[in-house]
Amino acid sequence: MEITIPILILAIPLFMFLLLGLTGMKMSHPVAGILGTLGMGTVLVLSYITAFTYFFSGNPEFVAESGERLQAVIFNQTWLQFTDSLVIKLGFLLDPISAMMLVVIPTISFMVHLYSLGYMRDHHGVYEHGFQRFYAFLSLFSFSMLGLVVATNIFQMYIFWELVGASSYLLIGFYYKKPSAVSASKKAFIVTRFADLGFLIGILILSYYTGTFDFMSLTSAPVDGIANVYQVSELTAEGVKGIFTNSAAPIFMGASVMTWALVLIFMGGMGKSAMMPLHIWLPDAMEGPTPVSALIHAATMVVAGVYLVARLFPLYLMEEAALNIIVVVGALTAFYAAMVACTQIDIKRVLAFSTISQIAFMMVSLGVARPEFHHGVGYMAGMFHLFTHAMFKALLFLCAGALIHAIGSNDYTAMHGLRKYMPITHITFLIGCLAIAGIIPFAGFFSKDEILTACFGNSMLWYVWMSLVAGLTAFYMFRLYYLIFWWKEHKVHEGHHAPHDQPWTMTAPLVILAVISCVAGFVPFGTLVTWNGEPMFAYEGFFTNLAHLDWSVAAISLAVAIIAIVIATVMYKKENPLPAKMKNALPALWDWCYHRFYWDELYQFITHKIIFGCISRPIAWFDRHIIDGAMDGLAIVTNKASWAIRGLQSGRVQMYVWVYLAGALLLGAITAICLL
Amino acid sequence: MEISAIYYIIPSLVMFCCGVYGFITRKNMIAMLISLELMLNAVDINFVVFNRYLFPGQLEGMFFTLFAIAIAAAETALAIAIIINLYRGSRNIDADEITKLKD
Amino acid sequence: MESVGSIIMYVIIALAIVVFSVLTVTTRKILRSATYLLFTLFATAAVYFKLDYEFLGAVQIAVYAGGIVVLFVFSILLTSHPGHNSERLVSRKRAVGMTAALATLIIAGYALVSRCAMMFSPLPEMQNPSMKTIGSTLMGTGSGEYLLPFEAISVLLLACIIGGVAVARKR
Repeated sequence: MEITIPILILAIPLFMFLLLGLTGMKMSHPVAGILGTLGMGTVLVLSYITAFTYFFSGNPEFVAESGERLQAVIFNQTWLQFTDSLVIKLGFLLDPISAMMLVVIPTISFMVHLYSLGYMRDHHGVYEHGFQRFYAFLSLFSFSMLGLVVATNIFQMYIFWELVGASSYLLIGFYYKKPSAVSASKKAFIVTRFADLGFLIGILILSYYTGTFDFMSLTSAPVDGIANVYQVSELTAEGVKGIFTNSAAPIFMGASVMTWALVLIFMGGMGKSAMMPLHIWLPDAMEGPTPVSALIHAATMVVAGVYLVARLFPLYLMEEAALNIIVVVGALTAFYAAMVACTQIDIKRVLAFSTISQIAFMMVSLGVARPEFHHGVGYMAGMFHLFTHAMFKALLFLCAGALIHAIGSNDYTAMHGLRKYMPITHITFLIGCLAIAGIIPFAGFFSKDEILTACFGNSMLWYVWMSLVAGLTAFYMFRLYYLIFWWKEHKVHEGHHAPHDQPWTMTAPLVILAVISCVAGFVPFGTLVTWNGEPMFAYEGFFTNLAHLDWSVAAISLAVAIIAIVIATVMYKKENPLPAKMKNALPALWDWCYHRFYWDELYQFITHKIIFGCISRPIAWFDRHIIDGAMDGLAIVTNKASWAIRGLQSGRVQMYVWVYLAGALLLGAITAICLL
Repeated sequence: MEISAIYYIIPSLVMFCCGVYGFITRKNMIAMLISLELMLNAVDINFVVFNRYLFPGQLEGMFFTLFAIAIAAAETALAIAIIINLYRGSRNIDADEITKLKD
Repeated sequence: MESVGSIIMYVIIALAIVVFSVLTVTTRKILRSATYLLFTLFATAAVYFKLDYEFLGAVQIAVYAGGIVVLFVFSILLTSHPGHNSERLVSRKRAVGMTAALATLIIAGYALVSRCAMMFSPLPEMQNPSMKTIGSTLMGTGSGEYLLPFEAISVLLLACIIGGVAVARKR
């Protein structure tokens, strides 16, 4: 494949970032917005071309004779050469998951660019302050995210990983005059940085023991000549396996070093993907503009952790323990987030916790994936869910944005009964809810069903657990839906316009994403994205996915979802005292859920009371009294000494002469007495 | 009685000591300058005397004195210019009280 | 053996130097101080004459007595009121000055008298340096001749003139 298009995919957003960032203030608002959107549109087309070429061209570079999909390095330039063996490269890797991400990221990003043209202005059409900056940051984010997914080595991934973190920080703090936004951006940055520390240590351990950063040599069987062409280290996949299986491998604190490396790398993923206990930043990140939440904190950046695990999946397969940790963390997070989402008032918070829960689904799916069960269906299901979730969650967020834009508040208490006023938003939101709840034939049904199948294949516990969470998901989404669009009639305040659907720049993305959410489930992922590249089944037309469903699992999950929806309908469709009764029946549970199980307070306690109080304060005392004291002491001594001898510089010339003379005479006397 | 070099050196030494005394004790800057002239003169006499007694055929001491006189004249002229300027600024030429430069 | 006249001349000169020097620094009227300085300078010139350096004596009278003292008198008249006495010296200050002067006198005198035997050698014979010799020495460039210092002094004097003008000029 030519390298022009891949390079352009990365270069255009970067160029847009520089252009809008440096000269944006000189442009008028619409010019900057349209430029950014057009740039993203170009990237969209180019990356569709790339992805479709990868999947469907049948090029031997991409597909082997046997139908197995290959990893293809389009280019791989040496960037930093520290030593002969420590080389950091930047490149472009095409394989099923990166090609899939090349569809997801530009699609959502383009929708968000388009949507923001309408969203980032008030009711009078006045553009928000910093509009150009907003588009510059969006471009920066798109660049970083694309660079992340096409990374050829783990270090390149790390670099872009930090870049997405930085652009996320910038965008959460977009309203930098709002204190809550500033503290939210700091919180996000610090928490993810903390997680990235683990990631970095994991990378260093991994590369120290395997001697390579390169994904291909880390994960795939060596193909003849690759070692020469791409100058990967001589250590082949067999060698990597050798390190894993070698009983003499270094042991640290009861686990092999490789387990540690993989768990630490997963810790980076936990931070980015908001897994418990590092999830606390994501709900606060909703302080950013809603399109940003849709792009970064729902569809793309937060799944980077999932992507990372998927990327290193063959390594994780060799370490059962690490996979089990992933499953446990994911399952707990999924349940926790779903519980919390049931009680939140702020609609963006509900969606944020829903996102956490859904990402946890993907993590669980990866964690339970084993090649021996259905060709590793969990891996495929996780990626499938990543794809569909990106679409319908972006849709839900953009709908939420439209609602917030129309109402001017984040709370559903200010909404209620909007279905007649905002029909397009209503329908698209409903489609998003149906998709996430897992109702056939919407996208979420297929991917969630595959995940549950994978759980079923792993253990009954996880299957039941995740089904329960799926039911909760359906419940809280429909609770939200009913509370926004039904519950009671909307009251239009005197002197206010009635809420209405937004301009086409905002509704068009909603409709497009809704359509995608309807049909995305039929994408035959089993033939496209699998853990080892071999298609799980052959493509048999549009209904391939239906034909390969495990109908027993599907029926159960469908039943669970429908029951949950019915419960939600009973409780929330019309105004009634049932929710209040529920709340009063279980006040403790409700309180804990409402306060997100007091995680933030726990962190507050740990950081303020324990870290600040027990560690930082003594250090501060030491710094202030010992170190500063020593410095101050020096200064004081100098000062005192200066004051003491200040009198010598009296400015009285006659005194100087006298002293000079005394010295001269002394010398003369000595000379006279001693020399002669 | 021979008038040897010491007979000239001693009065010159006395003159020098007077210069020292005056320079240290007088407050008026012009008086200090006068004391300075005394010291210079004492030194000049020494040059001439040593030249005359030790190297009578040569003229080094004499020329040194000549130049010293020229430089003393220049120095005095400048010093007096500065003193007058100071006087203009502060109506005062007492060395003890010209302390503004100190602060 | 010196002639009696020469000895008398010497005594007068030495007395004049000592007495007028002391008076210069002890009188309380500044104008008188300048006058005594003038007498001291004359006595110095007399020393030069007596030691056969007539040219030097002439220069001393012309430059010092005629130039510098007049400058002093002008500046004194510019900066002080007639009949104004400087205050009586504080005893502490006088003690400091006396200490310095006497210490100088004792140490230097001791060194002179006790260590320098040549101080007592008689006056050697010498031809008066003629004006021609002085002129060629001053303007010559050979060894023991002084054109370069002469030029340097001239530049110095020029600088001094400019500096004096610049400093004393009214702004």
